[in-house]
Amino acid sequence: MTPLAVSDYTVVSALGHGRAPTLQALRAGRSGLRQVDFETATLGAWLGVVDGIEALDWRADLADFDCRNNRLAELGLRADAFSSSVRRAAARFGAARIGVFLGTSTSGILQTELAYRRRDAVSGALPADLHYAETHNTYSVARYVRQALDLRGPACVVSTACSSSAKVFGQAARLIELGLIDAAVVGGVDSLCLTTLYGFQALELVSPEICRPWDAQRRGLSIGEAAAFALLERDAAAPLAWLLGCGESSDGHHMSSPHPEGAGAALAMRQALAQAGCTPADVSYINLHGTGTPGNDAAEDRGVVSVFGRDTPCSSTKGYTGHTLGAAGGVEAVVSMLALQDGLLPAGLNVRQIDPTLQSNYLTQARQGRLERVASNSFGFGGSNACLLFGAAP
Amino acid sequence: MSAVSAVLDVGVAGIGLLGPGLVDWASALPLLRDPALWQRVPTVVPAPALLPATERRRAGIVVKASVVVADAACAAAGVAPASLATVFTSSTGDPANCHALCEALASAGRLVSPTRFTNSVHNVAAGYWHIATQSMQTSTSLAAFDASLAAGLLEAAAQCAYTLAPVLLVACDVPYLEPLHGVRPLADSFALAMVLLPQGGRRLHLALAGDAIATRCAHPGLETLRGQIPAARGLPLLQALAGPAAAALVLEGLPGMALAVQVDAA
Repeated sequence: MTPLAVSDYTVVSALGHGRAPTLQALRAGRSGLRQVDFETATLGAWLGVVDGIEALDWRADLADFDCRNNRLAELGLRADAFSSSVRRAAARFGAARIGVFLGTSTSGILQTELAYRRRDAVSGALPADLHYAETHNTYSVARYVRQALDLRGPACVVSTACSSSAKVFGQAARLIELGLIDAAVVGGVDSLCLTTLYGFQALELVSPEICRPWDAQRRGLSIGEAAAFALLERDAAAPLAWLLGCGESSDGHHMSSPHPEGAGAALAMRQALAQAGCTPADVSYINLHGTGTPGNDAAEDRGVVSVFGRDTPCSSTKGYTGHTLGAAGGVEAVVSMLALQDGLLPAGLNVRQIDPTLQSNYLTQARQGRLERVASNSFGFGGSNACLLFGAAP
Repeated sequence: MSAVSAVLDVGVAGIGLLGPGLVDWASALPLLRDPALWQRVPTVVPAPALLPATERRRAGIVVKASVVVADAACAAAGVAPASLATVFTSSTGDPANCHALCEALASAGRLVSPTRFTNSVHNVAAGYWHIATQSMQTSTSLAAFDASLAAGLLEAAAQCAYTLAPVLLVACDVPYLEPLHGVRPLADSFALAMVLLPQGGRRLHLALAGDAIATRCAHPGLETLRGQIPAARGLPLLQALAGPAAAALVLEGLPGMALAVQVDAA
């Protein structure tokens, strides 16, 4: 693919609002995870909770969209003045030439989960204040962002579980290269809800302690929430990074377990390299999907080693943010671009002893160095795999 | 900066269809050509032969309907399913599963079934399809509320034109149970699938069409159906593909973002 300019990007997660606190935490090895309850869910798990969601002021004309997920999206649009960059692009290209492609897994389903507690005692009807289309529906977050930014271009939500907000980069790149649009707002927004908290618990994939990706005694994931956005433009005077490739594949194996050899994951990594015209040796760092479940990390390790060998430095940053599910691809795209800009190879957190059966070059200490290209893996339920490849801005 | 949107050229090689009074593409052809012959009866979703018995038990209606039309489109196109990249589009995932989860989460025990949670992902139909066909090709699942059909067609055509490889498009919407049906009423289930080819097939030319008004179905009953289910927004295109003549139509998209489709003569 033709390298595509990333002219701006931002993130809001448990590490804070915007690039600066995120980079500080990555440099310092500071986790944003806390052992806290969410809503009425007292599961004792560690969560990556975003601060400031409830206190946010809300536009009266968008009142129907008011929910945790869209509030999180709005925090993301305000962080690093991201929406100003979008408005500049809209002035340059026209609002109809800018797409909105966002990933989410559960959108604002929390609204409906809470509304089910308030069903009419006689009819069973949901309360009239539930705005399904604007909050719960899968598309609602892209609809909110498109409307809040006054954009008129094509838009959709990609919802392929935890690969969602990586795949939107590829989708936008195709439409820009084909000449259908000139720029796109891409990224992901996923907020805490009961479906994911109790669902991952039911699958016995939630760690009772803080998540420890790549650790020999890892016991599962810690769930987080986040909003991450990037602005992709046909050309840009001062790009912050370049999107070089977006590899995508399916496992075709199992709904909730990865292919044990990481075959689908490897296919996505190879495709990203091929699109970028790169060899594995050209990649300076891999941001792993690294959820911290025994099976996921083992499968990813095999996939990484089969493509890159044992030397390429890699780490998972889910020990900082938690697994932000549908937003994870976007969050880790931002981490990858921060790594490129700052020359930072972040350390994987919470490792006591690296699993000796894993063979890739996992970093437990942060490193500084000139990075040329960074790969970011995202894999989801349904066997959906994506690998993004970013290059440093000259 | 280009003032006029680019045009995507793709060819339709095989179609699968399932909807009210529309049992499959072959038997729907005369009905779409002369809708006076069409009688609206509730959609019957058959058990997909492609899914193994255990998967069939676990799969919701949205999975079954998607797999049935996808399988039919591949058979009609004469292509191996495992060779196709896929785009699945739906306004929501598995609605009955969503209702069951919300009920469980509102109950005192909050006991969630692991299978229900696994099946709650929007890409549930794509997951089952790729497992059943053992396809490792790329797959995306997307949503754009009532504009989901146009968004899916745009994405599938863009992938086909970009990769120069065939793409399977599957659009499917299934109604919620109450009480969610009360806040998102879809009248019935509707599913369509198309194998898109970079070369050959019945040629389509797609372009973004801004505020253009969506083409309506001339037949009042089909027009009602078109407006009732997101996937049925594709009916004007299906009617054009059912006949031999060239046609120009506009599919409903997001506000201010319709999708114009020119259909070449067969």
